[in-house]
Amino acid sequence: MGTSVTLTIDGEEVSVSQGTTLREACDQVSHSVPTLCWHENLSPANACRACVVELKGSRPLVASCSRIAEDGMEVMTNTERVRNARKVVAELLLSTSDATLAPDLRHLAEESGAQAGRFSGGASWEQPVRVDNELYVRDFSKCILCYRCVEACGTDAQNTFAIAVAGRGFNAHIDAGFGRDLPESDCVYCGNCVAVCPTGALIGKTEWDMRNQDQWDENKISVTETVCSYCGVGCELQLHVMDNKIVKVTSPMDHPITHGMLCVKGRYGYEFVQSEDGLASNS
Amino acid sequence: MTEIRRLLPETGIMSGPTSVERLTERGFERAMARAMLMTPSDIIAEVSQSGIKGRGGAAFPTGLKWSMVSQAPGAQKYVVMNADESELGTFKDRVLLEQDPLGPLSGLVIAAHAVGARKAFCYIRGEYREVEQVLAAAIETLRRVGLVGPDTVEVEIRRGAGAYIAGEETALFNSIEGMRPEPRVKPPFPTNKGLWGSPTLIQNVETLANVAVLFAHDVEWFKAYGTKDTPGTKLVALSGHIHRPGVYEVPFGTPVADILNAPELGGSVAGTGRLGAVLLGGAAGTFLNAAEVQNTLLDYPSLSKVGASIGSGAMMVFDDTVDLTWVLTKMARFFAEESCGQCVPCRIGTRRILEIAESGNLWSRTQDLRELGQAMRDASICGLGQTAPLALLSALDRPELRHHD
Ligand SMILES: Cc1cc2nc3c(=O)[nH]c(=O)nc-3n(C[C@H](O)[C@H](O)[C@H](O)COP(=O)(O)O)c2cc1C
Ligand code: SF4
Ligand code: SF4
Ligand code: SF4
Repeated sequence: MGTSVTLTIDGEEVSVSQGTTLREACDQVSHSVPTLCWHENLSPANACRACVVELKGSRPLVASCSRIAEDGMEVMTNTERVRNARKVVAELLLSTSDATLAPDLRHLAEESGAQAGRFSGGASWEQPVRVDNELYVRDFSKCILCYRCVEACGTDAQNTFAIAVAGRGFNAHIDAGFGRDLPESDCVYCGNCVAVCPTGALIGKTEWDMRNQDQWDENKISVTETVCSYCGVGCELQLHVMDNKIVKVTSPMDHPITHGMLCVKGRYGYEFVQSEDGLASNS
Repeated sequence: MTEIRRLLPETGIMSGPTSVERLTERGFERAMARAMLMTPSDIIAEVSQSGIKGRGGAAFPTGLKWSMVSQAPGAQKYVVMNADESELGTFKDRVLLEQDPLGPLSGLVIAAHAVGARKAFCYIRGEYREVEQVLAAAIETLRRVGLVGPDTVEVEIRRGAGAYIAGEETALFNSIEGMRPEPRVKPPFPTNKGLWGSPTLIQNVETLANVAVLFAHDVEWFKAYGTKDTPGTKLVALSGHIHRPGVYEVPFGTPVADILNAPELGGSVAGTGRLGAVLLGGAAGTFLNAAEVQNTLLDYPSLSKVGASIGSGAMMVFDDTVDLTWVLTKMARFFAEESCGQCVPCRIGTRRILEIAESGNLWSRTQDLRELGQAMRDASICGLGQTAPLALLSALDRPELRHHD
């Protein structure tokens, strides 16, 4: 050990190994903090501020997703200021974005006692849906600008850098370069941004279509695990099957090879398995 | 109450602002020669003894910052002059750079020597094109006399593109590195990980000018003005309802009322002649009412009693007819436009404050505004979002400033 640090969380002493974030430390003593933008396989974006905690000696609250635990820290996860910050964060996001497919945000709103309409009525992020390709849809009315997609497309996973944040302030938004449609952009349709999006702002085209036709039914979906057969890497696939049709492909976030990330063939190549004039009829 | 000129050159000085003669006349040549003969730790000790605090707004002890950068591990280190100056009502760095650019630059050269940096950047506000030319000429002068160059420190100018947020130190680093000026999370602090991840010393123009005059003289001379808590002088920028708007140099501890009223300084309140309020520290600052102006000194302990700080040194004066609702709406628009958009409390909060102000509900939705303001202060990533609600909150605390019409 030798490299452990001891701190207190809500008065409870806890020892964690060096480099542990306050969020992880809070988890260890079951005083979990809520998060929206944080994702286990991405660098902390520090953007949503739902995970702030009070740290003795620090005037502002600190983001527990990225702050590293230090010896002697006194952390409080449930003070008046912390509760107010969480509540206001939830209220502000609800005032801009459609949270119907954002379970984490809805959970935060509920837990923090957010008054849904308090800051609503002004400008929102409502905007036309962008359906410009057959693989995934961008419905930015749901976006909370958590930066996860940008990180997944960048150095955290894909290294394609097809998307970034453009504009500033309230007009900041996810952009594929000059407002382009995806087919004109550098996107290679790996769908890794879709996999990490916590709000349904990025959503598979199949799921999007089925939801619109009221056909999407989580209860009827079963998940089958397999290994992608396109190449020799050995990516584990989770085939989400409904009524004998693959409706979505993901990979487990804790898989040692993929960390939840796939390429276009693994994620969207399922169409060939079930195409009407598929392999079976060729033989 | 006379105006002092230490940071600003004496009126009637004959040498050109970027000339070699100016270096001698202002004592900057002597300052650099003296510093170059000192060990870095002696330089840092002298800066610490002088009590200089940062003049960019946060008033962090300068000597302490230098020792942190000097002790930070890393072969490559940088120093940066922050000349982004975009705070509302703030134009003192511009005056300094126009009238005496060799001062702040000498401070920069001394700073580089003290912390072991061979590369320096001057990050200048994009709109300051003419000032930039003066600065470039001054750098050339230092190059000619051998104080800037490959054997000492290379100095490069980088120009901002009009974003207030780019003046925040870590956003400024991102801008220099060619990225969006989004503030980074601290820690790590710039003293350990700044430009390209290397230890970086960043100082405001005025702070560096203080360093230059300190080394042109000594600690005793430096401390002849100011208070025990904050030695030295401060540039203040007066604007609004004031007879003599402009930049003035005054000792710390000067009564705020004297700054407004002394004939050599503000020359008294204009408009109706009756003071309504002063906005101290720009958009990121707070309002003082007339009584508070009467009872405070330009010093941190005195101002903190009324919840205020000096900030950049901007003082916007409003006579008793000005509707602060209008002022607050303008400020709300400023923040909504200048937020980088990275974090929720600031990105959406600044917009909501603007909307509430524009719909005339500033004084009726006080509970909502207080909670929103508190969340912004507490949970925003950087100083922009953390200070954006301050002036509004200070106005809510001073209901007498509101016009009932
Ligand atoms: C939104 C924002 C804008 C800022 N703009 C400036 C600026 O234009 N000039 C400046 O010197 N400091 C500015 N600062 C403060 C810097 O981050 C930093 O504290 C300062 O440059 C440090 O120098 P000092 O210690 O000499 O004051 C700004 C801070 C924030 C949060
Ligand atoms: S699908 Fe892949 S390449 Fe395209 S934007 Fe998303 S992460 Fe980037
Ligand atoms: S599209 Fe999704 S992943 Fe990307 S920023 Fe918006 S909410 Fe986050
Ligand atoms: S507080 Fe505002 S300016 Fe600062 S990082 Fe957050 S959104 Fe950007």
